[in-house]
Amino acid sequence: MNAFIQFLFNGISLGSVYAIIALGYTMVYGIAKMLNFAHGDVIMVGAYISFCATSYLGMPGWASVVLSVIVCTVLGVVIEGLAYRPLRDAGPLAVLITAIGVSYFLQNAAQLIWGATPKNFTSLVTFPVPGFLAQYKVSAVSIVTVIACLIIMVGLMWFTANTKMGKAMRACSEDKAAAQLMGVNVNKTISMTFAIGSGLAAIAGVLLCSYSPVLKPTTGAMPGIKAFTAAVFGGIGSIPGAFVGGILLGIIEAMAKAYISSNLANSIVFAVLIVVLLIKPAGLLGKYVPEKV
Amino acid sequence: MSINMNPAMNRRSLIAGVAGLGAAGILAGCSNGGSSDGGSAASSDGAAFKLGTIGPLTGDTATYGVSVTNGVEMGAEDFSTKDFPLTVKKEDSQGKPETAVNAYGTLRDWGMQALVGPTLTGTSVSVAEKCQSDRVFMIAPVATAADVTADKDCVFRGCFTDPNQGKNAAKWLAKNKPDAKIAIIYQSDDAYSQGICTAFTEEAKADKLNLVKPDLAFKTDTATDFKVQLGQAQDAGADLVFCPLYYTPASVILKQASDMGYKFTMMGCDGMDGLLSIKGFDTSLAEGVLMTTAFSADDPANAEFVKAYKDKYGDTPDQFAATAYDCVHAVAEACKKAGLSLDTAAEDACDQLVKAFTEITVDGLTGSLTWTSDGEVSKEAKVFEIQGGKYVAV
Amino acid sequence: MGFLKDKVTRRDFITYAGVIVAFVIVQLLVNTHVIPYSLRGQLVPVTCYIVMAISLNLVVGVAGDLSLGHAGFMSVGSFTGIVTAMSLASAIPSPVVRLVLAMIVGAVFAALAGFLIGLPVLRLRGDYLAIVSLAFGEIIKDLVNCLIVGADSHGLHVIFDMAGTKTINDLNLAEGGVAIIKGAQGASGTTTISTFAAGFVLIMIALVIVLNLVRSRTGRAIMAVRDNKIAAESVGLSTTKYRMIAFVVSAAIAGAAGALYGNNFSQMSASQFDFNTSILVLVFVVLGGLGNMRGSIIAAALLTILPEALRQFSDYRMLVYAIVLILVMLFTNNPQLKALIQRLNPRFRKEAAADGE
Repeated sequence: MNAFIQFLFNGISLGSVYAIIALGYTMVYGIAKMLNFAHGDVIMVGAYISFCATSYLGMPGWASVVLSVIVCTVLGVVIEGLAYRPLRDAGPLAVLITAIGVSYFLQNAAQLIWGATPKNFTSLVTFPVPGFLAQYKVSAVSIVTVIACLIIMVGLMWFTANTKMGKAMRACSEDKAAAQLMGVNVNKTISMTFAIGSGLAAIAGVLLCSYSPVLKPTTGAMPGIKAFTAAVFGGIGSIPGAFVGGILLGIIEAMAKAYISSNLANSIVFAVLIVVLLIKPAGLLGKYVPEKV
Repeated sequence: MSINMNPAMNRRSLIAGVAGLGAAGILAGCSNGGSSDGGSAASSDGAAFKLGTIGPLTGDTATYGVSVTNGVEMGAEDFSTKDFPLTVKKEDSQGKPETAVNAYGTLRDWGMQALVGPTLTGTSVSVAEKCQSDRVFMIAPVATAADVTADKDCVFRGCFTDPNQGKNAAKWLAKNKPDAKIAIIYQSDDAYSQGICTAFTEEAKADKLNLVKPDLAFKTDTATDFKVQLGQAQDAGADLVFCPLYYTPASVILKQASDMGYKFTMMGCDGMDGLLSIKGFDTSLAEGVLMTTAFSADDPANAEFVKAYKDKYGDTPDQFAATAYDCVHAVAEACKKAGLSLDTAAEDACDQLVKAFTEITVDGLTGSLTWTSDGEVSKEAKVFEIQGGKYVAV
Repeated sequence: MGFLKDKVTRRDFITYAGVIVAFVIVQLLVNTHVIPYSLRGQLVPVTCYIVMAISLNLVVGVAGDLSLGHAGFMSVGSFTGIVTAMSLASAIPSPVVRLVLAMIVGAVFAALAGFLIGLPVLRLRGDYLAIVSLAFGEIIKDLVNCLIVGADSHGLHVIFDMAGTKTINDLNLAEGGVAIIKGAQGASGTTTISTFAAGFVLIMIALVIVLNLVRSRTGRAIMAVRDNKIAAESVGLSTTKYRMIAFVVSAAIAGAAGALYGNNFSQMSASQFDFNTSILVLVFVVLGGLGNMRGSIIAAALLTILPEALRQFSDYRMLVYAIVLILVMLFTNNPQLKALIQRLNPRFRKEAAADGE
């Protein structure tokens, strides 16, 4: 039983990392209606910025996170403006391929700047873990990640529901043309979405690398795909869905490793995803929109 | 996602696309021109013996490829003589057999006379086959699978094979730590890791070692999280975890084990070398880690190489770089032995190098090296322990 | 109506002719050793990617289903093809016959996989279909990784090594047997029997199948389902059936391409057919134009050779590749930039007018 609870906590820790990435994914997807495959690589950039700020500039941990959020926010807006905005009226596939191009670009640029040798990220979160959690080997990073996830989720939900910009985002998400007619500046709104999504990516990057410390140019790629899976699992476009999807994905992965086969853990995660989508075609918390004539 | 087919735009998009390709090529050409040569030690009149090297210089495994190709490059500089200068061209394989074969083709067009590479096992097998059919001499510095040299007379190797490494590690444990309760964490979609794991398990069973949890696998896709595997090892009471892994995942395992407060002795193979030079790695985590490898950057005998490498590339050289360097050393020796001239055709050079290789003894960074006619190297297997942030032979 | 039909047929025949001419020219250049060594090694992979692009274009362009797991079918075809070719090595000495058999077996197995995967996948649409196909691609990769296959005089020996603890020794091969697939190490030591000519024939077969399918009654039904599912249903077309036809045919072609690809390298591991490979093929399709087979062929050939042609940039190679990819997408899909190109070149304008019928 003790082992089971420990694996459960492992799953939640891992899942919270997926969830925090998935929140950024789902935010961008929900509003801009595009799969931003470069999201994982923005995470990698965020982690590198934080790493450099602490190890080369000697900045304190919190300041490096702030710096990394700022850099990633700017990066996100620039990417959107240069690569995605010109394709606003093109088909979704064109944007998808461009996003992949951006992803290759970021990975290779990172390698040229920081080299191929992996860096080891020093965890920015260290504090004594309360006893009842420590006995299940829960680390400080995991606690912070889960809490950060919850705060971000609630914050995003509040933001989209209550602020003017948030309402504009929801309007764009429903119908861009109609939103424009109502006086919403669609381009500005989507830029803002990317700014928020990329800022979150920076935080996700720091937490991902605090959890799993290897930092190299391809660090963001696989967690990016997993988080994308998590976002779809929970219902892509849904903010609580991304959280639930991420956590569940982490738990399934941990349990599959522990009790079925660590060799096939990934396959099991994907198999569960397939089953869920067959039963609920729009994900766990997604809205199913029937096709109209 | 709805997909609209618009045949009207396709033809134009294609032509515009081609135009775009051209434009971008010119653009990039302007800004990056002149960066194409992979460094050389050619004499002023340009005549030199052409060595090719291949490794993943981009992508997930780039760090290993960069080490190997740097080692080759340094080797070519150091072992060039006035009468027999060496020049090197590095090509990127991205870790894929297909791209590695393309890289090999590019090197052939360049006029390569011998190949020191590729880096990874998969790419080495596919390129070795080409070398064999084209009669080009190849020495794979760090590719460990038996298939690389199997049935190929002109393919040599600079490191131990998987079976060899796994066996050596198990034998060493049987001799020095017979009571250890052993768990194995290995990467099941990686040829190197799986190969060693298999050999280790067989030998460990033969030596009656206590394997409490021998099947903790992970994959590239799940290499960010080892807590479940570590938890299982801990439950099984393992006090020694054998990790036939490269140093990148090994550093994650050490960190997450320390997060969990799980203490054990980690043992790895040559791929683990390089652990201490990861930028930002807390070396106190690696205290007591054992590894079977042939090179130590802390050995005073290697100090000169280590310093030169650091000055040139800014990193501490690892076993990958050192072995590649030794391979160039060996090729240079063999060329001397065979009395090759600079303009020997690759096919002729191959036959003579193959013959000379079994006759030379190289006193290199990774020990005293000799080769058998089936392409395998014989050198001393050493076990190092990390003590106080340094590799200490035990 | 008759005139239009002629135009379409003419277009198809121009495509066939273009492929044949390209093949003859390249083959001549190879025979006269004009083509550098680096390009010669790429001939077979290029044909494989062209076939893959044609195959994926059938699903994405013609049937309108975004599949992100197409490399999975290539993987199935590749490994079944390798096993076929290697295990028959002693029985059938002719490499050409073995290669043909390998491609047929690869196609059959991939079609079977396509059918099984199509059953659940085609119940979904859009991004959900995309992610489920991605998931299947990853599952195939994991499963192939667990395979250990060998052949000896008693026939094939297959182990499914789920725990990852078995080795080729567990196959208990008789004297003279060969291990063909070795778990994570993949198929290594494969005899390479693929040829450029075989690749060319495969392209032609794939083109004939796909173009004729598209022009047939079935093809029109597939496109009707793509353009408006509800309208198609209301006239009595079974949407699942027609999408399934496209999916299975596409999987079969991808399987044959995989068999050709697998038998071209002496080492092949499952992890090569990953998400990135699927995406790579998708890039060919999108760049060449959805539903445009000729475009797919050209895009696949150009984009496969491009990274090699960029080798002179050494360290900046993949960065340049990424920039080229982004720029090409921008120039081909942005309305303003497209208009700019049209203004610059009157030929485009005329063509645009002609196309905008």
